[in-house]
Amino acid sequence: MINQITQHPNKEKIMIIYGVALLSVCLILGMLLGEALGYLLGVQANVGGVGIAMLFLVFASNSPYFKALTEGAAGAGITFWSAMYIPIVVAMAAQQNVAAALDGGVLALVAGVAAVVVSFLLVPVLSKIGRGSPSLSEKH
Amino acid sequence: MEIFETVFIRNNLIVAFAVVGCVTWVSYYLAKKLTNNRIHGSAIAIALGLVAAYYGGITTGGSKGVADIALLGGIGLMGGGMMRDFAIVATAFGVQFSELKKAGVAGVISIFAGVIASFVVGAVVAILFGYTDAASITTIGAGAVTYIVGPVTGEAIGASNEVITLSVAAGLVKSILVMIGTPLVAKYIGLDNPQSAMVFGGLMGTTSGVAAGLAATDPKLVPYGAMTATFYTGIGCLLGPSILFFIVSSIY
Repeated sequence: MINQITQHPNKEKIMIIYGVALLSVCLILGMLLGEALGYLLGVQANVGGVGIAMLFLVFASNSPYFKALTEGAAGAGITFWSAMYIPIVVAMAAQQNVAAALDGGVLALVAGVAAVVVSFLLVPVLSKIGRGSPSLSEKH
Repeated sequence: MEIFETVFIRNNLIVAFAVVGCVTWVSYYLAKKLTNNRIHGSAIAIALGLVAAYYGGITTGGSKGVADIALLGGIGLMGGGMMRDFAIVATAFGVQFSELKKAGVAGVISIFAGVIASFVVGAVVAILFGYTDAASITTIGAGAVTYIVGPVTGEAIGASNEVITLSVAAGLVKSILVMIGTPLVAKYIGLDNPQSAMVFGGLMGTTSGVAAGLAATDPKLVPYGAMTATFYTGIGCLLGPSILFFIVSSIY
């Protein structure tokens, strides 16, 4: 590995684009499928495009066939964007329509807050179901 | 002054990188000095972002927070849907299939449970505030699902513009509250492992809220929550103008 870098420094570095390209292809394929799924369901929205793209990337990063695109410099192309996630989320927060949320009046505030509180309360309930079901199937 | 403006606007994405970098540095510094890291630096950075967004909104009258200020327009690109989704997908790098399978069923159930629970809560609030027509009640309920499901549903079933605006506001409140509230309640709702993160993503559903909320709680949980959350809005758009509307109109 070290030898390769000293022999072909540019060849090794440029491989970073392979990881970035893999990530891009995963996102595009996922978005296309999510869009198609929305169309089939008659919904004006992308259904799970990002989630499907994530499954593709999980598959690629666990598969021996994609090693050339996920290891070494190529992998750094993916981990860079993974590390940029929080800064991007900060930028995303900075462009939320906070003024409109606070302008919505009491009804919007109550509806939003109540929905969040109820959803928070359901997290431990449903997490238990998740943990309960495998142990049940083990007993059988 | 003109030179300053030209350079900043022409290089707006680069300006955004620099500004977000500074905000992040200040936030992590404050987290360490003021709270001894009891509050995540990322939580402070996100909160500062939201405060800046509010300021941007009231000074420009626009809908894109700080990104409507010309010199900070690059924030809109950096934090827009395209980059957000790209970075979210990247967080899935290195995730094991086995972790996903463990919470697979609970994750799917949580998406439907989340959409229905938020819808019912929103609809009940609408009724308590005196709405009696099915279209308005459904649209406000759908707004409590996410700020995208609200207008999509409202337009499909012919709700009034004021009600659609209200539904967007309700969804925005939800999204922002998830961003701020998640790190505060994480301990109490058992949000500390991949499985509960998947359930959390499915129940909350607002991609921005879940993305920021988990980032401020524990970045390792992000891919799991984001995975289920990204199905939520689509399922909401599917159920809102159809089954949920039929149920509401059979009652009202």
